[in-house]
Amino acid sequence: MKKFTREAVLVLVAIPILLWTLIPIYHIFLFAISTKDSAFSGALWPDKPTLRNFEMIAQQHHFYLHHFWVQIWNSLWIAVAAGAITLAVATCAAFAISRLKVRGGRAVMNLALFTYFIPAAFLAIPMYKAMGMYGLLNNRWSLVLAMVTLAAPYAIWVLKQASDKLPYELDEAARIDGATPLQLFRLVYLPLMTPSLIAIGTYALLLAWNEYLYAYLLLSHERQIPLAVALGHFIAADDSPWELLMATGLVYALPPAAIYYAFRRYMVSGLTTGAVKA
Amino acid sequence: MSSIAIPHVPAAPPRRGLTTWQAWGLILIAPYAIVFLAFVLYPVSYGLWLARHPESYARLFADPIFVRTAINTVVFLLVAVNLKFLLALWLSGFFVHERVWIRWLSVVFLLPWAVPSIPTIFSIRFMFNPEWGVVNSVIFRLTAQDGPNWLNDPQIGLGLAMLTHIWKSLPFWTLILMAGRLAIPREQYEAAAVDGASAWQKFKYVTWPSLRTLYLSSTILSMIWSLGDFNSVYLLTGGGPADLTHVLATLGIRYIRLDQVDLAMATIVVAMPLVLPLVYYMMKHLSRE
Repeated sequence: MKKFTREAVLVLVAIPILLWTLIPIYHIFLFAISTKDSAFSGALWPDKPTLRNFEMIAQQHHFYLHHFWVQIWNSLWIAVAAGAITLAVATCAAFAISRLKVRGGRAVMNLALFTYFIPAAFLAIPMYKAMGMYGLLNNRWSLVLAMVTLAAPYAIWVLKQASDKLPYELDEAARIDGATPLQLFRLVYLPLMTPSLIAIGTYALLLAWNEYLYAYLLLSHERQIPLAVALGHFIAADDSPWELLMATGLVYALPPAAIYYAFRRYMVSGLTTGAVKA
Repeated sequence: MSSIAIPHVPAAPPRRGLTTWQAWGLILIAPYAIVFLAFVLYPVSYGLWLARHPESYARLFADPIFVRTAINTVVFLLVAVNLKFLLALWLSGFFVHERVWIRWLSVVFLLPWAVPSIPTIFSIRFMFNPEWGVVNSVIFRLTAQDGPNWLNDPQIGLGLAMLTHIWKSLPFWTLILMAGRLAIPREQYEAAAVDGASAWQKFKYVTWPSLRTLYLSSTILSMIWSLGDFNSVYLLTGGGPADLTHVLATLGIRYIRLDQVDLAMATIVVAMPLVLPLVYYMMKHLSRE
């Protein structure tokens, strides 16, 4: 009986958690398959579910959607570039700090982590100014570099933790065999670090794909903005096509959700590494 | 490159003497160092230099929405972050139960954190639309009364922005506290059970002492990050109605969009009394580890 009560309590807790989590997401889905009239009527399920909104998106049949394919391509391009560059920069730095024990390496990592003590919206302001001085405003590279700046410290930290766990005897053996640092990096380090590298690459990719604020500040031309900023434009007018906005939002949110679930085992263990060391 | 097995090398010279290894270390760390200098250190220093004029602050304080914004920010930090952490502490206790369905629930529960902000926050925004939103239409169906004005009311608007913030970042912090709970040795709970401890006593004497440091440092870190939460406010209320729901983050970005860099930087500097004690606490905490 006591066991039964216990399970019942767990289920009673689970129901509000499920509702709280899913209602806003269900609402996106509901609008995405509704006509405008049905969406604005406050119905909980449309009379006639339709895929018309997705058709309109694919054919770019609305003022706000004229550049849909270019914009989703921009999102993809920026996310992949930011992921790849973060991975390259962070892997090299973590290798130098953890395996080559470069002088001042710890200090560099501490400075890197200091980036996270600056609230994101506050860092965006001077960075916007600096990007202007570098002549990078309205250039997709500005967003890529901004995302690398935000993702790299965490990436270096996680990769260093993972790298510290590799036995040092491997390096010794390679050195005795006369390996150069680059050979050690390429033939020993990279293969052993692959799982962490996948996790970190995915993390940086998702961070860049999901980013709104920096994209909104740094890019403004219709054909250069990623989908996130384009979505923001939808509500500029009072009579916004919310059903199209939500359908586009669904298209935009699905890839990160799918990738996240595909890699969640790596992500969760990567994220919580070191969180509980104390 | 491919001469790994040169036969005549007997020496494994002392580690520190190997300058080529140090040189490669410097070369490999250089790309990140350049990123940090170009996109963090230089912009921040230059920005602070731009914020040196006292008249920027005079103009900032003279802005009629400034005081309200500062109050909103403090309320946002204290209420939203602490409420979020109490919830995360409680939920982490729920999610550590070992059931297959709870594991699946935790997978769903992480969705708000994994998907981008903009569609979900817009979704919440429309749900609370007073005329067409689903919330008021359900209220009308149930009570035949018109629901509240939600986002057109500054207090409710800020409250909803805080709830949106919690919705978005609660999963992440629940995960962190869960990891903390899982690191507590089971024997301690078993010993407590043998001694006949109640659930509350188990929490008070076993869970909390182990979790306290993690809980506090996570709260502090989350406060720093929440200060930079632009999306929850901007995408939900846009700072309105009548600019009454701004926080310092949205105000700073608003100034930069109006090309008033000195005011934007002054907004950041004004937030320093909030940020610096938090950062100081974190540094002390981290250096102790």
